[in-house]
Amino acid sequence: MATLAAVLATTHHPFYLKATTAPPEQQMPQAMEWKRKVEAYRETLTRARPDILVMVGADHFHQFFLDNYPTFLIGKAPRYDATFYNEEREFGLPKYVLQGHEELSNFMHQGLLDRGFDFAFSHELKLDHSIICPIITTRPQADLPVVPIYTNIFAPPLPSPKRFWDLGRAIREIIDAYPSNQRIAAVGSGHLSLELGGPRQFGEHGPDPEFDRQAIAWLASGNIEAILENVTRDNLGTHGNATHGFMDLILMMGIAGPQKASYVDNLDLFHTMEAYLTWYPEGAAA
Amino acid sequence: MSKYYVDKFLFTVDRDPQLLRRYKEDPRSLVLVWEQSIGPKLNDAETSTVHFLTDSEREILINHDYVALFEMGAHFFLCLTIFIALYDEEWTKKHGPLSFQREYGAKLKHWLGRDYPSVAP
Repeated sequence: MATLAAVLATTHHPFYLKATTAPPEQQMPQAMEWKRKVEAYRETLTRARPDILVMVGADHFHQFFLDNYPTFLIGKAPRYDATFYNEEREFGLPKYVLQGHEELSNFMHQGLLDRGFDFAFSHELKLDHSIICPIITTRPQADLPVVPIYTNIFAPPLPSPKRFWDLGRAIREIIDAYPSNQRIAAVGSGHLSLELGGPRQFGEHGPDPEFDRQAIAWLASGNIEAILENVTRDNLGTHGNATHGFMDLILMMGIAGPQKASYVDNLDLFHTMEAYLTWYPEGAAA
Repeated sequence: MSKYYVDKFLFTVDRDPQLLRRYKEDPRSLVLVWEQSIGPKLNDAETSTVHFLTDSEREILINHDYVALFEMGAHFFLCLTIFIALYDEEWTKKHGPLSFQREYGAKLKHWLGRDYPSVAP
């Protein structure tokens, strides 16, 4: 059976690349600290020696729109182009082509259907920054085949936090059952408190630093009970109108299980709190 | 009222550099052209008769009125992205990095502590 070698849950600040590659005189004061933290986090994936990446993200109205927006979707393509025109324009992100892994995509899709998750699917999926930003931060050589999974954290009505957790648990079962000797890492991105296009956007910190501290503590300790007691679809918006991306971090913890994270780091930046967590599931010889 | 159609305008214009340029240079003309030939497209082959802009929505789009868009529940991500494309560069030159984004937030400060308008279509 396949080995789940690592689970990474990270925020995806789209300005990381721009901020850390600008000429030194134009860099923000925290640029080098940010780069150091990201490179240390990258090492947590590198040392797990993954062969395949299951990537979790969310389409920000790039390929999908409100005429047909999937709640949960899996990519099943032989390869994936990435980075849309408006992401190049706004964030300065480069284009990528990632190899797919059709066999694991098919196994994952069937496994999800069998477990009550009736996924939409795509054989021609272009990936956006929710997946490319974690590639840039955790696997910049972009050399591993990927299985992309998209969730709706963006276009209401949304699934519940419990559903994201349960989906993570189902993905874990499927990875554990995959008949292969390969090492699989799951890398997913979301947000802590975040405001976009509202009165709390682009402040000195994220819109709700207290929620951010609490949310990192919940994730770090694997405390799903506290999350499900305290976090609802409705109250996430009170911490910032785009805070629902936290549910993708809950999903990632669902893949790891209710256990302490092995690696926890964060960085208080303008506009957001960044968080970097890694779990090494029991039995994975990292 | 069609939040959906306003969002469709923002979505289709933001992803197309030519439409975006025309929306900056001559918003009235671009909005009228969009209503005739772009908005009704379901895909490259089919058209749809379902949605239309009200007079008020048309004026909001023509006026680049991001406060009114927020207040009618247009999607925050589509709004922020397209207005950054339209204004960030000139504001950065005049007032420094992120100045437009901060102005945008400040113009919405009367919503602090209140429930925001829903972005559900």
